Amino acid sequence: MLGLGADRLWADMNRLLALLFHQGVLDEQFVQLQQLQDESSPNFVCEVVTIYFHESEKLLKNLRGLLMEREFSDYKKMGIHLNQFMGSSSSIGAKRVRNVCVAFRAASEQNNRAGCLRALELLEHEYCYLKNKLHELFHIEQQRLLAAGVRYPMQN
Amino acid sequence: MTVEPIMDDSRDQFPIGMRVLAVDDDPTCLFVLETLLRRCQYHVTTTNQAITALKLLRENKNNFDLVISDVHMPDMDGFKLLELVGLEMDLPVIMLSANDDPKLVMKGITHGACDYLLKPVRIEELKNIWQHVVRRKKFDSKDSNNSGSQDKPHLGIGGGSGSAGTLSDPNGKLNKKRKDQDEDEDEEHDENVHDDPSTQKKPRVVWSVELHRKFVAAVHQLGIDKAVPKKILDLMNVEKLTRENVASHLQKYRLYLKRLNSMVNQQANMAAALGGTDSSYLRMGSLNGLENFHTLNGSGQFHNTSFRSFPPSGLLGRLNTPAGMGMRGLSSSGMNQLSHARSSSSSTVDQADSQQVIHPGNHNGDVLQGMPMTLGLDQLQHIKGVTHVRELSTAIDNRAIFPICSGLLDAKTNIGSSSNPLLGVANTTLMLEQNPQAVQGGEVFGNHSPVSLASLNSELSSPLLDHRRLNENWSTAAQSSGIHSNSFQLNDCFKQTTQSTMHQSNVRDDMSKRALQMGSNLHDVSSATSVSTELQDRRADMHCGASLTSSNAGKISNNAGPQGWVDHNPDSSYHSNVMCNTMNSMIPVQAAVGPFVQSSEPKNFHPDMDFNSIGESNFFDPSYTKHEEVNKSNVETSLKLKQGLRDQRKPQESYISSSFGSLEDIVTAMVKRVI
Repeated sequence: MLGLGADRLWADMNRLLALLFHQGVLDEQFVQLQQLQDESSPNFVCEVVTIYFHESEKLLKNLRGLLMEREFSDYKKMGIHLNQFMGSSSSIGAKRVRNVCVAFRAASEQNNRAGCLRALELLEHEYCYLKNKLHELFHIEQQRLLAAGVRYPMQN
Repeated sequence: MTVEPIMDDSRDQFPIGMRVLAVDDDPTCLFVLETLLRRCQYHVTTTNQAITALKLLRENKNNFDLVISDVHMPDMDGFKLLELVGLEMDLPVIMLSANDDPKLVMKGITHGACDYLLKPVRIEELKNIWQHVVRRKKFDSKDSNNSGSQDKPHLGIGGGSGSAGTLSDPNGKLNKKRKDQDEDEDEEHDENVHDDPSTQKKPRVVWSVELHRKFVAAVHQLGIDKAVPKKILDLMNVEKLTRENVASHLQKYRLYLKRLNSMVNQQANMAAALGGTDSSYLRMGSLNGLENFHTLNGSGQFHNTSFRSFPPSGLLGRLNTPAGMGMRGLSSSGMNQLSHARSSSSSTVDQADSQQVIHPGNHNGDVLQGMPMTLGLDQLQHIKGVTHVRELSTAIDNRAIFPICSGLLDAKTNIGSSSNPLLGVANTTLMLEQNPQAVQGGEVFGNHSPVSLASLNSELSSPLLDHRRLNENWSTAAQSSGIHSNSFQLNDCFKQTTQSTMHQSNVRDDMSKRALQMGSNLHDVSSATSVSTELQDRRADMHCGASLTSSNAGKISNNAGPQGWVDHNPDSSYHSNVMCNTMNSMIPVQAAVGPFVQSSEPKNFHPDMDFNSIGESNFFDPSYTKHEEVNKSNVETSLKLKQGLRDQRKPQESYISSSFGSLEDIVTAMVKRVI
């Protein structure tokens, strides 16, 4: 039955969430976002995260571009990008990404280019992981809604 | 950008429906913020550009109750927006940042932010932000009786508690100072009554930079004594400006000048006391280039009264806490001591200048608060010294524990201010101001450092004896004037030794950090305890127990006698004294005190100790250029010590010098050990 499918998807979603919280990929702030989602803003989490991905990719590209410059010296600019990345990551609850940003910022403040490069790679890795997991989460959520909607159209 | 219509009925259910303008260039954060605010049932308008925000606010400042703005924005610095909003619209502004650097927080507060939130913002925090609106309205309604600024009747806030309002409002908006309004109250109130007694809503005059410039020009043209509102109004020739507006503005301006004047006078006095005489005063005046100072020259009054913390950045009304200043207790005897501590006359003059400068800063910030000092950047440059002082003093605890330190620091800033391009208007953060100050301080002391070092090195008597002597002196000093004086001497000594290697940037950070800490609470013994605990942790071999330090800190806080540390062995009491003073000043002196204490602790000296902590190895090493942090901590320590010293210090001049001498002995001994 589709209803069961929806339940299974619901369980999958919760399991995935639990895993992400356990791994420290997501934190309390993400829960707050989920709580902000309601009838007035039913897709809030998805919308926010989409905006976040869009912005983060821009930031990562900028950071990568800066560090790849032959004579890179504009740590300040990097700091600005990082600050924004840190802010947005913490605002959606991306804890691990934010932590890497902190380390990245420390390296940048010390004008440590090698450290910055390492941090950037780690950042990209963490971001990719987060993005994949969140996509998966939304995918399950969509399917669940579809499944639940089809079977029980009056329920949400 | 979304704009929501204003629904009057919802305003009656305040805080529900409070109109918030949210500004953040990061779309993720902006979206989250908007949703959070909506969840709190506020009316939210968002924009990702500061310029757009200003435009919205300028269109009709009545559209919004509160502004929340990010600090780092590409088109305009968040602090600048903060200042402009405060200046032009007098709205509460909350700063938002992902960066929890205390310097930035301090900058926000000194620029007049109601609050400084860190990302990620939680809904619980946002649920409380309406308090800032209420607080401000309370003061505004008070002022509105006098100056006709608009009121919000539905908020039900009467114009009642004027003094309470001003005291509790740290932002020091233009109209908040009750005192400023007192003189004008009668005439303005009468005029208000005549004009429109039934309506409390009057368009508020925004004293923009341009307007204020015209005002100041008119006042100067007329002469400060002869400047009457009518004539000023005529000279200014601004439409829609009423005589009442000018009158209230003039009153605030006069208070501001008075405050500057007394600060200048105090500096002059200090200069005189230090032997600088008029030259230093004039020098200070010229350094600052303050027109006001020139005109106020020569009042020759020495103000021993405590100064309230000065509104920072001279910019306006966004003063944060008119808390007690650190400049309290600047007595001539103190100054004499100061001069004793610094045997070179040139540095004395410098110090006098700095102290003078500081005083203005430390002066009651109320005047400035009342003054929409929207001086242009160039004008601000002139008032840099004052500004620095103010900001510094703002950070200084009310207990004026850091009188001399602040003074020195401020002096440095002032001295450097004339040549220091860093002191801009909008961003005259503590950091900037402190930098020059710190540097100056370093320079001043630097003059002495060779002298002190020489004296230190030459007096290699038995350390214990020295310590004991120092302790005795300290005990006596403490008994007579509190531990603070000891710390002051110690501070001077250390400062001298560390002067030569002070780095501007470090000092800058140090100063800002220090100012931040100082601002936080002098009488927070628990933090003193925690600091001491940290110190303890860092130096396992430190003898000063947390209990000792906390007890000492408690004593210091209570200005009690040094019985506690007198009982201890000289070294530990010395340490604890230093630590206590340090902690007393509530500066996280970990770095500063750590090496400080460590080096001064003969028993615990480990030649091969890992001096990775800030300033350890170089604390007494005059050439510790490689340890910039040490400088920082040293400055911090010295600042703290000074502050502690300042508090209730009435040391005898001779006593001080003798104490200082023994302090040098101890330092020498310590240096010997460290090296």
